[in-house]
Formats: sequence, structure tokens, C-alpha cells
Amino acid sequence: MTLLLQQITTGFMLGSIYVTVAVAFTLTIGVLNFLNFTIPAIFMITGMIAWAAAAYGFPFGVDGGISWPLALFMGVTAAVFASLIVERFTFRYLRIRHGDATEHAIPLVSSLGFLIIFENLILIAFGSEAHSFPEKFKSDFYIGEIIIGLPQLASLAISLVVVAFLSWVLKTTSIGRALRAIAENPDTASLLGIEVQRIVPLVFLFSGLLCGVAGVLFVVNYSDVSAFMGDEVGTKAIAAMVLGGLGSIWGAIAGGLIVGLLEALSIHFFGADTVNVTVWGTLLIVIIIKPSGLFGASRIGKGKL
Amino acid sequence: MGGYVEGIIAILCINLIFAYGVFLTAASGQLNLGGGGFQAIGAYVAGVCSNSLGFPIFFSVIGAVLGAGLIGFLISFPVLRTRGVYMVLATFAFALVVSGIILNTDFLGGATGMVVTAYTPVEVLILATLLTILLVFWLMASRIGLVMRAIHDDDVVSEIMGVNVRGIQVFAFTLGGALAGLSGALYAHHYSFIEAQYFSALLSIFVLLFVLIGGTQTAWGPLFGASFFTLVPEVLRLGDTEWRYVIFGILIVLMMIFRPEGIITRTLVHRVVMVFSRSGGH
Repeated sequence: MTLLLQQITTGFMLGSIYVTVAVAFTLTIGVLNFLNFTIPAIFMITGMIAWAAAAYGFPFGVDGGISWPLALFMGVTAAVFASLIVERFTFRYLRIRHGDATEHAIPLVSSLGFLIIFENLILIAFGSEAHSFPEKFKSDFYIGEIIIGLPQLASLAISLVVVAFLSWVLKTTSIGRALRAIAENPDTASLLGIEVQRIVPLVFLFSGLLCGVAGVLFVVNYSDVSAFMGDEVGTKAIAAMVLGGLGSIWGAIAGGLIVGLLEALSIHFFGADTVNVTVWGTLLIVIIIKPSGLFGASRIGKGKL
Repeated sequence: MGGYVEGIIAILCINLIFAYGVFLTAASGQLNLGGGGFQAIGAYVAGVCSNSLGFPIFFSVIGAVLGAGLIGFLISFPVLRTRGVYMVLATFAFALVVSGIILNTDFLGGATGMVVTAYTPVEVLILATLLTILLVFWLMASRIGLVMRAIHDDDVVSEIMGVNVRGIQVFAFTLGGALAGLSGALYAHHYSFIEAQYFSALLSIFVLLFVLIGGTQTAWGPLFGASFFTLVPEVLRLGDTEWRYVIFGILIVLMMIFRPEGIITRTLVHRVVMVFSRSGGH
């Protein structure tokens, strides 16, 4: 019983990373109807750049490593920068050139292109092996017999705070209103005086930031980073987003925690190899029964691809 | 034929058939990001038919085609309830569930994979590929192809004009699944070894990229896309391995900027035909 409770706790902590990445996904889908496949790579870039800065210093290899908070900050900066590059060369460029054609699969495909580019550039720079972040963040405390890692608890708290802040921005600020208007209808928003071309990069900035935060949380919790760390977390985050419903921030939160929980329970009961079957099987069943996810607004994500 | 060239031709044949399987659904307006799942089903059905049931290769391949087609038919009903991004991700989930189930079934070898002893030479692969290409070209030129085009461009209007949209979509899914299954069966019999890890999410993504970049408007699209992306990496192999993929990624981004409807479009085919008919002396 203690073991099971321990697994459930671990599941929720794991879920907090999924939550953050899933919100990054759901933001670009909800506002721009764009499934941004570069998000796993941007998440990975944060971890790898932070590790490289902490291990080798900046500029890389010239002097010794720099302190960990600065290294993590550099990771997040790199993530935001990468996200803005993606905006510049996929979404903005295609929209200017092809207008409404972006409703089709074009940005999706070019974001897959960027995923391949980013992953392999990192592979070229830092190799395919896992690297260990120099600073270890380890301090556990107990509730009864259950071990709770302080970094894990902090992750859960940070991810919820970040997401709540984002939700507040969307609800009350003028930028948030503009974003929601664009999500509703880009053409009407433009007619009503919203500068769509200037607002759209903000979406990428936010999603880059969220990936950065998730990357930092990952480093703090697991300290092992590799060029492939985004694949697993990225696909799980997609599952979380779809489970919760596209475009719904609170759906992404619920989805992320559910996926983390499912993963932990399936490891506990059936072994590590069954995680994919449980998570994606559940997802498949949910979208078959309720095609817009648990909390999804029915209009989002159904546009023609 | 040298071993190296033969190897390239074999993988080219498998990729072509696989790409046509995914193309059929894409041509009728659905993105299938679960191609790897159908290919895995084909490979493992062929493996089981050949190993455990002792079928000759021809019948085990037929069994794989029927098996994958049946799964495609069955899965199409729930999947077609969803739309847009949801549908893409439903097929993606399907592929991950399939490879996950294979990974956890000891009867199928689990994580250690399965050896398929019956061997198919490359000539059979070439023949199957030619037949597949002919079939799809014929299909796209037929009334069904016309209807698929109509659904691809606008499903609501097609429905209003009296097209049985659902029926055609189910048909495309079934036949597409069967073709992907065929490619899997040929893979199993040619390479004599299959493992669940090969049929990964990345494989499904790559084959969809072949199709979308080649173009979904005509049957020339996957022919170009799969050939280009199978052969060009071989040429680029001269350089460093990872740079190869970086160049691949840059090519994808550039292609989407300059040819968003895919490299081979209806207009392009029309123009080429015009040029040739003019130079023919008419």
C-alpha cells in the first residue's frame, strides 16, 4: 500500500513536467490551430544548453563551468530564442506567403522539419550519450512513509503557478484578450484593430518559455539530460493535451496529471514496458468516446488538415 | 546487382508501397500518422503465418494484407468520428498502442524481436511495388479517385453533391492499411528479422512526410517523395551522419516554403504533359 501511494506521488510529480509542456502545446493549438512539433526539441534544448553551460561555461569550452542558476537561465533563453526562430521561418513566413493555406498541414510539416534540424544539431554538438548536470538537487522529506522530493514538490508548485499566471494573462490583460480574439477568428480580430502579426510571436514566446520552465524542472528532478530527452516527454505531453482537450489550459493540467498517474500506475501494476499501451490506449478510448477530449472546446482542432 | 544497390532498391520498394498506403488516406483528406502501426501489423501477421502456421510466403503475405486491411477497416469507424488534429493524433495513438502491444506479447517475441526464416528476394519486392503503383494510378484515374479528390478539397460540398463521403473514407483507410501491411510483410520476409522498436513513432512521421512533401494531389506525389527521401540520404551519406539529417530537415522547411502543396502538383503534371504532347509534333 505504501509502495502504491509512493507511486501515485511520483506520478503526480512526473505529471507536473507533462503539464507544463502540454500547456505549451495547447497554447499554440488553441490560438493558432498549429500543432507545433518543435516543442519537444525546444524542451530538450533547454536541458542540453543548461548542462553545457554548467559543465563547460560560456562561451562553451573557453573557461570552466558557470553557476547553475545562470546555466539554467541560459537554457531558458535558448529555448525562447529557438521558439522565435520557428515562428519566423514556419508560421509567419508561410502565412505571409500563402495566406489561408496555413490552415492546412504546411506549418505542421515544417515544424517536423525543425524538430529534425534541432535534434541533430544538438547531437552534432554534444553527442548522443546522456550527460549529468553537475549540480545535484536532492533533499527529501517524509510524510508518514512516503518519500517526497523537495525539487519534485517545487516542480509541481512552479508549474501550477506558471500555468495559473498564463491563465490570468489570457483572461484579464489586453494581450490576453487579443490572443483570445485571434483564437476565435484571426480575420475578424484583424478587422477589429488587433495587430495579428505582432501578437503571434508572443504565443511562441510564451510556449518557448513554458518549454524552458519544463526543461529546468526536468534538470532539477532527474539531472540526466540527453538529445533524446524531449521525445518521451513531448509525446506524453501531446497525449496529456489531447486527453484534456485541445486549447483548454485547465484540460492540459488535468491531462498532464492523469498521464503521469497512468504512467506510474502502469509501471506499478504491469511493468515499465506497458506504459505506452496504457497511456495511448486510454487516449484512444477517450477520443473515440468523446472526440474533443475531456474538457476541450468543441471548435478547436477540428479545422481541415 | 551488387549487395549495396540491392539493399537500396529493397528499402526503396518497401518505402514506396508504405507511402502509397498512407497516400490513399491523405488523398481523401485524412492525415494518417499511424502508418507504422499498420506496417507492424503486416510484418507480424506475415511472421506468424509463416513461422507458426507454416504458410508459403505468398499466402503469408496475403494474410498480412488481409489482416492489416481488416484492422484498417475496423479502426476507421472510431477514427473517422474525430476530425483535424484529433484525427491525426488518434492515428498516432493507434500506432503507439500497436507497437506497445507487440512489445508486451511474448508470443510475438516481445522486445527481442522475431526471426522470419522464409526469405523473399528483391525481385519479388520490385514486382509488388510495380503492381502497387499501377493499382494506385488506376484508382486515382477512376471515378473513385475523382471522388477522393473531391473529398480532399471539400468534404461538405462533396456530401451535398451526393458523394458517400464516409464510405470512401472507410475504403481509403482499409486499402491504405492493407498496402502498409503489404510493405510490412515484405519487410519481414526480406530482412528475416522484425522488432517492435523499428515501427516507431518516427517511422510513421517520416512516411507521412514523404507523402505530404511529394504531394497528395496525384499518384506521382508519393512516388517522388518516397524515392527522393530514400535515395537522397544515400547520396548525402558521404558526409557526416547527423549533418545528413540536418540537411533533410532544412530541405523539408524549404519545400514547405516553396512548394506547400507538395513537389508534384496537378498543375505541374498537366504542364509536363503539355510540353511532351507539343514536342510530339501535334
